[in-house]
Amino acid sequence: MTSTTPKKRLTTSAMIASFADPGQRTTSAPFGHALNRLAEQRPEIVGLSADLAKYTDMHVFRDAHPDRFFQMGMAEQSLLGAAAGMAEVGLVPFASTYSVFATRRAYDFLCLDIAEPGLNVNVVGALPGLTTGYGPSHQATEDLAILRGCPGLTIVDPCDSVDIEQALPALADHPGPTYLRLLRGAVPTVLDEYDYRFELGRAAELRTGRDVVLISTGLMTMRALQAAARLEADHVDVAVLHVPTIKPLDTAAILRAARTDRLVVTLENHTVVGGLAEAVASTLAFAGATTRVVPIALPDEFLAAGALPTLHDRYGLSTDAVVARVRAELGGGSSPRWAAEPAPATA
Amino acid sequence: MTSLTTPAAAPRTGDRAERIERIRRAAHRIRHNALDMGEVQGQGYIGQALGVADVLAAVYTDQLRYRPEDPHWAGRDRFLLSIGHYAIALYAALAEAGTIPAAELETYGSDDSRLPMSAMASYTPGVEISGGSLGHGLAVATGMALGLRHQGNGARVFDLLSDGELDEGSTWEAALACAHHGLDNVTAIVDVNALQADGPTAGVLRTEPVTDKWRAFGWHALRVDGNDVAALVDALDELRAHRGSPSVLVCDTRIGRGVPLLESREKAHFMRVEQHEWQIARDQLEEGLAR
Repeated sequence: MTSTTPKKRLTTSAMIASFADPGQRTTSAPFGHALNRLAEQRPEIVGLSADLAKYTDMHVFRDAHPDRFFQMGMAEQSLLGAAAGMAEVGLVPFASTYSVFATRRAYDFLCLDIAEPGLNVNVVGALPGLTTGYGPSHQATEDLAILRGCPGLTIVDPCDSVDIEQALPALADHPGPTYLRLLRGAVPTVLDEYDYRFELGRAAELRTGRDVVLISTGLMTMRALQAAARLEADHVDVAVLHVPTIKPLDTAAILRAARTDRLVVTLENHTVVGGLAEAVASTLAFAGATTRVVPIALPDEFLAAGALPTLHDRYGLSTDAVVARVRAELGGGSSPRWAAEPAPATA
Repeated sequence: MTSLTTPAAAPRTGDRAERIERIRRAAHRIRHNALDMGEVQGQGYIGQALGVADVLAAVYTDQLRYRPEDPHWAGRDRFLLSIGHYAIALYAALAEAGTIPAAELETYGSDDSRLPMSAMASYTPGVEISGGSLGHGLAVATGMALGLRHQGNGARVFDLLSDGELDEGSTWEAALACAHHGLDNVTAIVDVNALQADGPTAGVLRTEPVTDKWRAFGWHALRVDGNDVAALVDALDELRAHRGSPSVLVCDTRIGRGVPLLESREKAHFMRVEQHEWQIARDQLEEGLAR
């Protein structure tokens, strides 16, 4: 370190980092409040957590329904096994922890106790993909890759608070197991500005466009919409197809969107291995479509620690990075890889 | 919190001697069923089945509340087989319980049978969970017991584990949870046959002192000779009356029990039995009952 005039660097903010833009409209703890509303109508709804109620917005449910919340301690195998046992006796559990623990640490329990018997257990994983700067221990960059292979598991990657609020009743109504990539805390509120309703298993075209189609999931749909608006100013007409359900995938909608001469770009908050990009690519290949797919996704690497805006820039998930990548693919840009500015804190 | 831990009325009738004799005869039929099934496969976990037969007979004929014709009855006591490879013993017990027809046992492990080598809930009436991967049963039992108590359902939850399964950390996660939540509707049974896949438990990964470990985790623990029916009856009666914490019955069992030919054989997790030996084994079993 040789600089004599150190500039103020962004900090990691540990686990409370938000990916909301400064000044963006947000909703507080949408999952917890939606679960409360659901619980008032359905007495069989219960909540469990593995010492992370406070960090998965489950505390909102815990405080409103203390008799229906079960603390399992920092024991994720026990969390998911117990959730299965509760479903076996007719309850509808929502079990929350961080995505890394639900998938990496307790997968055998999710797979064999919950998915194999087809139980209505709803696993809620916080910090999906790159939503914390805490480092690989907490960044669930490959949760979709792990879970997409699990038979019978429904996987939902919501964009914002609207998606979460609308998805929750659908997840509880769905008779089989589900996995929700949870966005928690101050969650951006975006989709209420569109003619949109969450439907399990269905993709939704949020905007039409003649030049480019962005097929996006999770929080990257927010970035896709921002990028589309920016590109519109350059007279690039960009469509956005939001794919909140990763499994089962709305292959019909994806084929409709991709069978054009538009540039097809996928966007996901997940490694490029085994997530939306490969799901879209295989959907096209299996259908005999030869459309090229441009993947915007996290690299196949263990990611750095740091501040989220810095990391989203560095790994290509920021709106600036998406715009630059699309421009480059259209031939108007100089670099195919977004060069982050300012320099990443940990470079 | 809806809490109802009032014990279910015991299905037991008759005096102690009568009960013991009834269990002993049921255990004999379970062993006989298991030998028949073992012969179909030519191999299998017959050693474990013979060892645990007395425990299963005591539980199924003397402790559990269930309706054989309605295996999904909401008021039933749940019996979870955490050790899926003991399926041969469980099927033998379910036939004795009347939940599956005895005539079906000969399909054990065959294509399209409802009785696969490793017990799975989706295949077999009366099988509550799918085993195979060890260390799952007690976690699922925890959730069932929490759920039943929450619903005001007085049914009990039994979970049969093996001593080898105590290697799995998830067993102890669930042991903590049962004690923390005061689940006195849970009864764990640990079959200590002192043998696991790679050899004697003492050499693979030492789990003793088993009873002390459970007590340290907040459980009410008893240890008995799992092939002594009278001891099993007394211990299960004591556990049934216990309140305020989960109970565990540690059962020392002998692999191959009841068939001297197999009891004296070099101990193996997966015991091979020659074709001509099955009849010898059945004859030895009959001689044992007559004694």
